[in-house]
Amino acid sequence: MTLPPHLNRRDLDWHPPALAPAYKTTRARSPQHPLVYIPQTAGDLSGPTFGHGDISSTDADLLTNFAAPGQSAIGQRILLTGRVLDEDGRPVPNTLVEIWQANAGGRYRHKNDSYLAPLDDNFGGCGRMLSAADGRYAFKTILPAPYPWPNGPNSWRPAHIHFSVFGHAFAQRLITQCYFEGDPLIGHCPIAKAIPSSDAVDRLIARLDLDGSSPFDMLAYTFDIVLRGRQATVFENRKEGT
Amino acid sequence: MNVFKLKETPSQTAGPYVHIGLMPQYCGVATPPQLGAGSCPPEVEITGTVWDGDGVPVRDVLIECWQANAAGDFSDGGHAQWQRIASDFDTGVWRLQTVKPAATTDTAPHVLLWIVARGINMGLHTRVYFGDDDHACDATLTHVPQERRSTLIARPSSHDPNLYHFDIRLQGDGETVFFDV
Ligand SMILES: [Fe+3]
Repeated sequence: MTLPPHLNRRDLDWHPPALAPAYKTTRARSPQHPLVYIPQTAGDLSGPTFGHGDISSTDADLLTNFAAPGQSAIGQRILLTGRVLDEDGRPVPNTLVEIWQANAGGRYRHKNDSYLAPLDDNFGGCGRMLSAADGRYAFKTILPAPYPWPNGPNSWRPAHIHFSVFGHAFAQRLITQCYFEGDPLIGHCPIAKAIPSSDAVDRLIARLDLDGSSPFDMLAYTFDIVLRGRQATVFENRKEGT
Repeated sequence: MNVFKLKETPSQTAGPYVHIGLMPQYCGVATPPQLGAGSCPPEVEITGTVWDGDGVPVRDVLIECWQANAAGDFSDGGHAQWQRIASDFDTGVWRLQTVKPAATTDTAPHVLLWIVARGINMGLHTRVYFGDDDHACDATLTHVPQERRSTLIARPSSHDPNLYHFDIRLQGDGETVFFDV
């Protein structure tokens, strides 16, 4: 059987380690054995694919996708866009991008969230779309608020939107979180700080894109996502002059 | 042409409310419809619990399942061989109903699992094999220390040949093997 080109090995030191003691829940949920290396097989190198029949074009508009007709979610309206790329900088087209988030008060529409901020009748908090041919995605939503969580005596999550991305192989599967430029809580967050490198944390911060904003409507933020690339097409960076 | 080698976006935990985004109906978000709800008439059922290092069921876990079909092929069209399941919010028990994947020349029948939850910083890749199969041909299992292979094998029920039990232990005694793949 011919397999597709293998994916680059994951740089496990770049990602947060399983055990990050300041993030309390990891203490009992982190494996103690190191991950066992296995060569990639057909299952790892393939994955589910999705088409426009699987989702609705309205799924990407969180301002209205849960709202009553003529209504809209409460909060600061934002356009959140970016590209899904691979490690060689090539677009990853036609891949499913899913997001979920708290509302403008910091409350999730989930039976296990009992934070005292109120639910917004017109906000569900779930969005999804397929990336375009150039890897681009765009969601209309509201800026979520920070919220408290039972980690330490006074722990607050920075404002964030959760992202799930597929790529074209099950081994590319990625879930992450997008933070927002200028949020002072990022530096206090044990989940963000579980990532060893500050450069890596920086990659999770969406940037204000004033030029991309819609005047009198929405501020824009950009957030690019990079998935593992394929080994057969790795391009080496050449030093200048060589 | 400048070609930059980018670093993969760092992983972050899916958190306790992952169901809103990936299984909205499961947590009471009415729209949009759920993807990965299972579309084939099931032949086999695997149930189990994900346990943490304190022996407590992980009640907020979400598992993605990807498998070959009954001919041993991973399809390159659609998502019929992919499912999302979640543990029961009260008991922690999850249930996967599916068709049994076929063996191939160098793999025994197996389902690939990807496990995310609050407290898991990067989704965990593992596999479930079926206890009544011969696993000698499986190339992946040869990379797993012999004494830990049993953590990847579902136990068939003694009274129903289509029912299997598979517990996942995140930490400690009998810790499940998770892969760097
Ligand atoms: Fe969150």
